[in-house]
Amino acid sequence: MSTRLATAGRLLDRASTMEFTFNGKRMQGHEGDTLASALLANDQMLVGRSFKYHRPRGLVASGAEEPNGLVNMGAGAFFEPNQRITTTELFEGLAAESQNHWPSLEFDVGAVNAKLSRFMPAGFYYKMFIHPRPLWKHVYEPFIRKAAGLGRAPTEMDGSSYEHFYAHVDVLITGGGIAGLAAALAAGRAGADVLLVEQTAHWGGRAPVDGAQIDGLDGDTWVKETVQALESMDNVTLRNRTMGTGVYDHGYALAYERLTDHAPDQDGPRHRLWRIRARQIVTATGSIERPLSFAGNDIPGVMLAGAVRDYAVNFGVSLGDRTVVVTNNDDAYRTAITLKDAGLDVPVILDARPTADGSLVQQAREMGIRVALGKGIAHVNGAKRVTGVSICLQAGEGSEIEEIACDAVAMSGGWSPVVHLWSHCGGKLIWDDAQSHFRPDASRPPLGADGLGFVVPAGAANGAMSTAEVLVDAFQAGAAAAKAAGATGKTGRGPTGDTPKEEPMAPVWLMPQGASYKLRSKMWLDYQNDVKVSDVQLAAREGYESVEHTKRYTTLGMATDQGKLSNINGLATLAGALNAPIPAVGTTTFRPPYTPISMGAIGGEARGELFQPLHKTPMHDWHDANGADWEPVGHWRRAYAFVRGAETVEQAVQREVTNTRENLGLLDASTLGKLIVRGPDAGKFLDMLYTNMMSTLKPGRCRYGLMCTENGFLSDDGVVARIDDDTFLCHTTTGGADRIYAHMEEWLQTEWWDWQVYVTNVTEQFAQVAVVGPNARKVLEKLGGMDVSAEALSFMDWADGTIGGFDCRVYRISFSGELSFEIAVPASQGRAFWDALLEAGAEFGVMPYGTECLHIMRAEKGFIMIGDETDGTVIPQDLGLHWAISKKKDDFLGKRAQERDHMTDPTRWQLVGLETTDGSVIPDGAYAVGEGVNENGQRNTQGRVTSTYHSPTLGRGIAMGLVLHGPDRMGEVIEFPKVDGTSVKAKIVNPVFFDPEGEKQNV
Amino acid sequence: MKRYSVFAIAREAMRQHAGWPRAWASPTPKAKYDVVIVGAGGHGLATAYYLGKNFGITNVAVIEKGWLGGGNTGRNTTIIRSNYLQDPSAAIYEKSRSLYETMSQDLNYNVMFSPRGVIMLAQTHHEVRGYQRTAHANALQGVKTEFISPARVKQLVPIMNIDGPRYPVLGGLWQARGGTARHDAVAWGYARACSDMGMDIIQQCEVTNVLTDGGKVTGVETSKGKILCDKLGGVVAGHSSALAEMAGFQLPMESVALQALVSEPIKPCMDVVVMANTVHGYMSQSDKGEMVIGGGTDGYNNYTQRGSFHHIEETVRALIETFPMISRLKMLRQWGGIVDVTGDRSPILTKTPVEGMFMNCGWGTGGFKAIPGSGWAMAELMANGHSPLTEEFSMNRFRAGKFIDESVAAGVAH
Repeated sequence: MSTRLATAGRLLDRASTMEFTFNGKRMQGHEGDTLASALLANDQMLVGRSFKYHRPRGLVASGAEEPNGLVNMGAGAFFEPNQRITTTELFEGLAAESQNHWPSLEFDVGAVNAKLSRFMPAGFYYKMFIHPRPLWKHVYEPFIRKAAGLGRAPTEMDGSSYEHFYAHVDVLITGGGIAGLAAALAAGRAGADVLLVEQTAHWGGRAPVDGAQIDGLDGDTWVKETVQALESMDNVTLRNRTMGTGVYDHGYALAYERLTDHAPDQDGPRHRLWRIRARQIVTATGSIERPLSFAGNDIPGVMLAGAVRDYAVNFGVSLGDRTVVVTNNDDAYRTAITLKDAGLDVPVILDARPTADGSLVQQAREMGIRVALGKGIAHVNGAKRVTGVSICLQAGEGSEIEEIACDAVAMSGGWSPVVHLWSHCGGKLIWDDAQSHFRPDASRPPLGADGLGFVVPAGAANGAMSTAEVLVDAFQAGAAAAKAAGATGKTGRGPTGDTPKEEPMAPVWLMPQGASYKLRSKMWLDYQNDVKVSDVQLAAREGYESVEHTKRYTTLGMATDQGKLSNINGLATLAGALNAPIPAVGTTTFRPPYTPISMGAIGGEARGELFQPLHKTPMHDWHDANGADWEPVGHWRRAYAFVRGAETVEQAVQREVTNTRENLGLLDASTLGKLIVRGPDAGKFLDMLYTNMMSTLKPGRCRYGLMCTENGFLSDDGVVARIDDDTFLCHTTTGGADRIYAHMEEWLQTEWWDWQVYVTNVTEQFAQVAVVGPNARKVLEKLGGMDVSAEALSFMDWADGTIGGFDCRVYRISFSGELSFEIAVPASQGRAFWDALLEAGAEFGVMPYGTECLHIMRAEKGFIMIGDETDGTVIPQDLGLHWAISKKKDDFLGKRAQERDHMTDPTRWQLVGLETTDGSVIPDGAYAVGEGVNENGQRNTQGRVTSTYHSPTLGRGIAMGLVLHGPDRMGEVIEFPKVDGTSVKAKIVNPVFFDPEGEKQNV
Repeated sequence: MKRYSVFAIAREAMRQHAGWPRAWASPTPKAKYDVVIVGAGGHGLATAYYLGKNFGITNVAVIEKGWLGGGNTGRNTTIIRSNYLQDPSAAIYEKSRSLYETMSQDLNYNVMFSPRGVIMLAQTHHEVRGYQRTAHANALQGVKTEFISPARVKQLVPIMNIDGPRYPVLGGLWQARGGTARHDAVAWGYARACSDMGMDIIQQCEVTNVLTDGGKVTGVETSKGKILCDKLGGVVAGHSSALAEMAGFQLPMESVALQALVSEPIKPCMDVVVMANTVHGYMSQSDKGEMVIGGGTDGYNNYTQRGSFHHIEETVRALIETFPMISRLKMLRQWGGIVDVTGDRSPILTKTPVEGMFMNCGWGTGGFKAIPGSGWAMAELMANGHSPLTEEFSMNRFRAGKFIDESVAAGVAH
């Protein structure tokens, strides 16, 4: 049984006791424990169930690579599935539940899958569930979905907060083991700005666990002193609980800081995502031990040798009383020695190598531990926990030589450098035959914009596996990175380490070498996804030979640990099956993040009200307090209508139209884009951008203009006012302001960079109010100030002046067909001006109106609306806007495109008005049908509705639409099917429904 | 071909699965074929499959630079729908969707087509009108869709927050027979079926030149030698312009990175596919339990199959806004693919200036759903020289300005 040892536990505070629960059972641990170590201390070997076969699962590892120890944690708004218990620090009151079982962890009905596993090899689901067809959706798939998945889905809105940090550094070092610390020393001394991040709560990594001696000090002391030295450097920042998650192009990197996961009662954000720009990145990410492939290597109680050592040294926890060690290298002997030192029994070390005589081997022997060379495990005995192992010859087929009772197995298949961050952005790997692992190929690093490498691997992550080698390599890496980042200081002498001499490991990809199918079908490669040696071999046999095919066919490495333990063993198995060298098989692609990071951290602060910036006009609060029914338009909120009392939104809209036509309406037009275009070439520039001639516009006058894309399609419209010879003010649509501003800048910066023009977006500098209706002039005259008479300010004039004491600019323009003044005041005066208009307008029947009223009034007048009459496929000629297209200009954006065959095709649909024969409203988006069907069996169409409203002015449904030969078919009736199967008929009419002579606006 | 079935599995289970044959053969290329297809992604394999199945043309080689299905076929978010606005799009995507319905049976390979339904959310009045228009168009095109209320949206997707605060859901365009399928299986199933018809699928074989004689295609130079053919189909997505250049013509195409990500797997919590174009993101839950999330394309061209993180960030933000519960899930993996985007964001299925050479490309961000329909139509075009489904997708449309622009209906990726 696993238990807490009486002594040791370098990370524990034995004086403090913490209570927690697992599946409702109360347990105790100490400060410094991980949830994993605390569970082991309470003899909780069984921690979960596998994905496919629901096999019982115990811990295999002690860190980020753990595939099995995943739990549901917390409750309500703080519930989270799939928490990895090896990286979860224990806190008082922690509540965890195991996952993926029913009804309980101990008795899981899904475990029947394990009994049926011979019917469920790799890819079995591609070969069955094919007939009968409807059963996939209704039976098989729901069943598979229920069986799969791991943790429960959260149901509530997240109760935690998150934030982003931004850092610009010379050198980012990921990993705070002795390699990262040594690299930081070098880079820090050289004078570089250094950010050193470490994913755990502790500095030093594995070295202190392994008893490293550095500069004559024991590991812990050296680490402590070095951290102090680094903390004293102003140019070095250290962050623990911060994982380097990904490396991206141009030295961009992400780090994931877990601020309160270990202390949920603490205030502040839960996670912080660091967005880092680094000149150089040092990956001191260490290495991960590989499991060995022997039958029963997934039974709880089988663990990586290094992890067994971690639990014993760091947490004072023993996995079992009698631990068999099985290995192909010297390092695992450290585990045996550690356990023996702790007073535990190591009945045998099974070393698959034919010979072994390194200093660790000798030490183990001297301690009286039996070492069996050339031996391996034939199979592990036990079900929910290990009861013993059967020993065999590694070179044989698995005949049992001897059975040994034990309650734990510590295995080591060698160590693989963590090359994820090196690889994310294109760093290449080479196969190291001596160590049987892939390591970074320093000659092919990820390249920055300058064509030079910007990632430097260090220490074990670079294949330097002993303390002495790690320190030399990492110190050099830190110095090199600092130099490449431009730091020039002296680095001094680096730390040196002592390491016992180790003998070479021997690759062992199958134990025993000649294992039968029966054994191979019990050798797990991927613990969480239940991928076995036999599965990879089946994939290879069936032709899924590419490592990517094998991965996808078997799901190897696709679990939440992303193959940290399984990938190398899996591809070695594949190489064996294909009889190909391992480097020829290659690896799958390493993708960020290194370990999963919370969506909340990725989103950061931007949620809810802060999701996107919200633009408010100066009058926003008034609208809000006066019944505004809001609609989002771009990043603005605009009032769709102002609802009064008990009326509906529709009633409000009708009232607003009628009142504006009869009395006085106010529209908050502040959201309209306002772009100042200025410079000696401003006229020339606008002539290119607009279809109209703008350079001839006189100061003091306004002109309605159209803008097209290069492909000729109408993209925006608005009124342009010429302020003076060099200055124009271009109005855009509300949604178009940012887009058109960018469009202008793009042309100026990329094509016409030598033209003397600049553009400024002043949209938010002005509040703008449209004062509209028969009483519009009256209210302005009442407020007093500038002359707004028809003589002084005729239609399409603008003038600066004051009204009611407000400095303003008045545009005599109309989008409603009424007498109308659009008045701009400084944004800071917007609300006061609005209030003044309301007060003065009371006697003239003033009412504010919203966007829908605006839309209806313009439709009654046959004015087009960008986004309604246009959809990116419509050219101005389709809309009868030939008058706005200059014939005199040599060129403008869209001109050439509009001369292409399809653009001049007489069968292009043309703008018309539509009057329903029964007065009803044609549904939005309806199409007019033609005769018959096309070659693909689709109903032929001859037009479509673009805007459709009930007109209170006319008391009937009116619409605008694009119709085949429309302008030539006045009076003809066409049919619009509705989606309910009925249809509505409409007569083709002139699109100007109201006041065609403009008598109301030109007064 | 050894048929796949539950009985075959049971039989093999008794003999250690030793009797399963290769899913597809791995031959050395012959000197000459009737048809060579370049590109063994979904579209290329489907083209070959329908050449054989519908036209009896089986002396076909499909050659592939890397491993089959390794491009966008194996990198997409597996959404299948046909609720397109424009007639030519609706025709080919609906043909495709209908072929997905029976693909598992046709190929004897379970591609796990799951017609679980697709909702495209309307979150502005403009979007409401746009989707109402699509619903009207679809009704006339024979595509079954309907515009549904926010309440119905909530009923279909209980984990969605339909009340904003920023962009409350105003409705949605619902296609009940849209859904997802297992992307790799589509490529593998076609490959197996093609191989079974006697076609050669040749992987690790890169085309280095297109051979012509008097304006007519005669074959290709490859890393495995010269391969002659009467007809050549280029189905190479982001590398189409490079292939066209070898043949001496140009294609209006840009290649940009599109990214996707998955969460860690969780128990079933979402039964349909949701696309939210206003906030830019879409999400479904795979059979394995991962939330599969896709977003927008990068703003610059490249071939690296990885993208900029800020797109991931924006997408995740958008989806936290739409599905607040995902905030406490974790991103397991992000990846990128290179999508081939044309001027009007619609595909090109076309004859070319080189007689006997055809191109099928430009599927951009929405190619997976089109695989069977694209293959069906391309095969018809290559066999007969004409296909009603490809008529409007000719490369000449760019010269005439006769675009097929779907951006009205599908703002972001589709």
